[in-house]
Amino acid sequence: MQTSSPDTAAPARSLTELRNAAWRIRRYALRMGEVQGQGYIGQALGMADILAVAYRHALTYRPDDPDWEGRDRFLLSHGHYAIALYAALIEAGVIAEAELETYGSDDSRLPMSGMATYTPGMEISGGSLGQGLPIAVGMALGLRQKGNPAFVYNSMSDGELDEGSTWEAALSAAHYGLDNLICLVDVNNQQADGPSGKILGFEPLADKWAAFGWHVQRADGNDIDAVRSAFDQARELDARQPRVILFDTLMGKGVPFLEQREKNHFIRVEADEWQQALDILDAARQGEAR
Amino acid sequence: MSNAPTHDKPRLKTSAMIASIAGENQRTESAPFGHALVELAQQRPDIVGMTADLAKYTDLHIFAQAYPERFFQMGMAEQLLMGAAGGMAKEGFTPFVTTYAVFASRRAYDFIHQVIAEEHLDVKIACALPGLTTGYGPSHQATEDIAIFRGVPGLAIIDPCDALDTRQAVAAMAAHKGPVYMRLLRGKVPLVLDEYDYRFELGKASLLRDGNDVLIISSGLMTMRALETADRLRQDGIDTAVLHSPTIKPLDADTILSEAGRKPRLVVVAENHSAIGGLGEAVAHALLAGGVSPAGFRHIALPDAFLDAGALPTLHDRYGISTEAMTASIKNWL
Repeated sequence: MQTSSPDTAAPARSLTELRNAAWRIRRYALRMGEVQGQGYIGQALGMADILAVAYRHALTYRPDDPDWEGRDRFLLSHGHYAIALYAALIEAGVIAEAELETYGSDDSRLPMSGMATYTPGMEISGGSLGQGLPIAVGMALGLRQKGNPAFVYNSMSDGELDEGSTWEAALSAAHYGLDNLICLVDVNNQQADGPSGKILGFEPLADKWAAFGWHVQRADGNDIDAVRSAFDQARELDARQPRVILFDTLMGKGVPFLEQREKNHFIRVEADEWQQALDILDAARQGEAR
Repeated sequence: MSNAPTHDKPRLKTSAMIASIAGENQRTESAPFGHALVELAQQRPDIVGMTADLAKYTDLHIFAQAYPERFFQMGMAEQLLMGAAGGMAKEGFTPFVTTYAVFASRRAYDFIHQVIAEEHLDVKIACALPGLTTGYGPSHQATEDIAIFRGVPGLAIIDPCDALDTRQAVAAMAAHKGPVYMRLLRGKVPLVLDEYDYRFELGKASLLRDGNDVLIISSGLMTMRALETADRLRQDGIDTAVLHSPTIKPLDADTILSEAGRKPRLVVVAENHSAIGGLGEAVAHALLAGGVSPAGFRHIALPDAFLDAGALPTLHDRYGISTEAMTASIKNWL
């Protein structure tokens, strides 16, 4: 899985390559979950397709130089999705695969909530939800000020739509016409106390972002083709405005018994189920390949 | 007072939000923070200014006029302001960020804690209306900002006394590696410290005058009051030293311990802040932990209360931080 340029992840991956990348990301995440017997695995499985497209198609970066000035910045505002991003960073070659065995352990570089000071490729310390987009606005302004053409991607959960700071930042990004800012919202409709729509309703979501002055797309976040097109459109849009992609995703995607499990923020996985989940993923992939 | 006929009521001069803390006939400088920042920015292209709809009221408009392309208006959105300042710092800039102290400490705390301090980013937060410097009431009186911020690891906290202190603090903040919170005196700011052999150094307390009976340890505008109080006490034969400690964190415990231990004196800590969680408690802890027992320990600070609205001179008298009230308190304690 080397990139075509020695130091920069190459764009324009085929759908098959991207599906394979998503499969590996799901596997890495499940293996990390098994290490600790827990983890936000439902979110990781749900977002794997988006992360595969991000790290294998859309983002520019150097795997061996995560602080390279020319890189696209990927901010994990929802710090509890760290297990998903670690899996993507392993896929990207930023973190060694062997390191997943340390996930969540004492002195590991892979703590259960993402922190910038711990992990290469982790741009911010997320987790206090609603902070990513304000930081992204500052970074996008800073990049513009420096004449650096990199993109800032802010990845956030739909629960963070509850936070006022998200909307402060949405106003500001439009005010400054931040065309180097792409916000990715994982709309899985689950937050700590239940379905997001029942906790604090946010629909019609696309209309809200549009009314705030953003270019809006809504796509199936588990359809690799749709995800790739959405990233391409967001990057290529010739308009002086920030871009948001609302990705509808399914928690637990790819492992039917987890997809069907009673949905909540933190999916319980029994000790013997981690291997079952891996087996199901592998079997499904072989089915696809046939 | 409520029973008195209307025409006998003392008239409040003003409870306006913005009022100078300068006394009548006191020498002042206009907008020392804004002018110092403009001067520094000539040598430091990394400096940018950011505010939450309060440039004019924090003297940042001076910077905005001089460097419009380096000034970012973030709107009345303090969480965004602090988050975006963190983002700017991550891209290599040194943001000087302004709002009122109440909003930075009470409304944007988590963003300062998590975005800025946790990564030890170079964000310099300068906040107007610290302590009791507005008669507008608790919505705008930042009486517990130091208590709130002292718990944030690695966040330096400074409380300059006057225009000279403020000017010099700007360069020191920029030179300091990591986040700094400054209590900002804005508008017409008194000029006092030019008469002393003094220079602002982050992390250092300075003995402005010596004396055998009382040692006042103070920060912010209370150092100005302490110097006036020392003059008045001298007329009564009371010899008063003033140790100015503009850095609250990291506290210059070495200087404080050596001064407090040098001779048996009443130690009085004076601060424009709630009695809870500010300089007074920091000094008391340092003395106890350092095994230094002064002849006595007293604290001049704002009460643990939501303060009244009114004119500043009235309120400073009422809460014991005017020169008159401070002089009377110390005489009473001796």
